[in-house]
Amino acid sequence: MRKGVMRPGHVQIRVLDAEAALKHYRDLVGLIETDRDEQGRIYLKAWTEVDKFSLVLNPSDEPGMDFMGFKVVDEATLVQLEQDLLAWGCPVEHIPAGELRGCGRRIRFVAPSGHTFELYAEKEYTGKWGVTEVNPEAWPMDLKGMRAVRFDHCLMYGDELAATYDLFVNVLGFYLAEQVLDENGDRIAQFLSISTKAHDVAFIMHPEKGKFHHASFFLETWEDVLRAADLISMTDTSIDIGPTRHGLTHGKTIYFFDPSGNRNEVFCGGDYNYPDHKPVTWAAEQLGKAIFYHDRQLNERFLTVLT
Amino acid sequence: MTDTFEMTELVRGLRFNCASDHSLLKAMELAGKRCIPVGCRGGGCGLCKVQVVSGEFSCGPMSKKHVDEASRRCGRVLACRVYPRSDLSFEYRPAPELAGTNNNSNEVM
Ligand code: FES
Repeated sequence: MRKGVMRPGHVQIRVLDAEAALKHYRDLVGLIETDRDEQGRIYLKAWTEVDKFSLVLNPSDEPGMDFMGFKVVDEATLVQLEQDLLAWGCPVEHIPAGELRGCGRRIRFVAPSGHTFELYAEKEYTGKWGVTEVNPEAWPMDLKGMRAVRFDHCLMYGDELAATYDLFVNVLGFYLAEQVLDENGDRIAQFLSISTKAHDVAFIMHPEKGKFHHASFFLETWEDVLRAADLISMTDTSIDIGPTRHGLTHGKTIYFFDPSGNRNEVFCGGDYNYPDHKPVTWAAEQLGKAIFYHDRQLNERFLTVLT
Repeated sequence: MTDTFEMTELVRGLRFNCASDHSLLKAMELAGKRCIPVGCRGGGCGLCKVQVVSGEFSCGPMSKKHVDEASRRCGRVLACRVYPRSDLSFEYRPAPELAGTNNNSNEVM
């Protein structure tokens, strides 16, 4: 957080059918619907999140990710980071307060990987959902589906990983938590963190810019991941792979798709980092084990199916 | 009421049945056949694009990046979003930009 970027705050995902998407994210993933706007966008959050929303569903004729937003500590930081982005050579766009309901002004930019990101300092504080602020109970009783705890990170596929690394590390203050290097020593995957978490955003090398691999939501336990797998079968939801463990980050995970073909992950566990930790490195020839620790084999779908 | 129709993949000569409330891709998975790669199953990734050669069908929502109006009209559609209304024949050929990377590898799990 050395430049004042605090955490992932939101992701806006394009969906082909808003009602089908709402049913998926609300009833299956277990997010809470918090608002809608005149553009037809639907706002959701996970129950432990303190701000009004973390997922925005945007009806569209083409699925994928519109943007991912990071919350910064205050307005002064936002002003400074805008200057730093411009000085680095990254143009920014100003999105006025209220364009997303309950969110302050946003600074939007496109990373060299082709993905759109935003920074913002203010969002309506609604508190954790379903529990009181004083003497809170352990969890709300009426959660649905997988009972996702929080929006955790996104994985992007795109090119120009080195320039993207430079922007995220040297301008925005992320650090490299984990990486995959090919036989020439070139980085083909970078897991970047702004916290003690294993990753807050990750990038994998891909020839086409701006592709979306998945949005990930945190669960507490392995039992919750198995229960998520049961729910995926019960609802005949499109599964990708899992339950399994990743080598990278060591998280325990399952992947599935929303009704528009956007990939989701729910996971638990995973490594942690402090500033004195060195990045963890995987060699590309061990990529199978790095991605799926048990099968030790790549599933082509995981690498090529993107929105 | 659901009807059942016969699906024929012309390149490999595979046949399987498809209920009218199942997508072409789902019917292939249920029948344990492998002629179309399985991706997101949601009309988003474009992996399952086929050419319908004959027969009637209706379509669920599909990403316009992969199927525009013109290609929908000429039957170049996503198998995960095709619901048959009659017997269908179709071809699957890997898209040129995907050739060699995922023809046979996105198999039914
Ligand atoms: S499997 Fe992704 S579009 Fe059909």
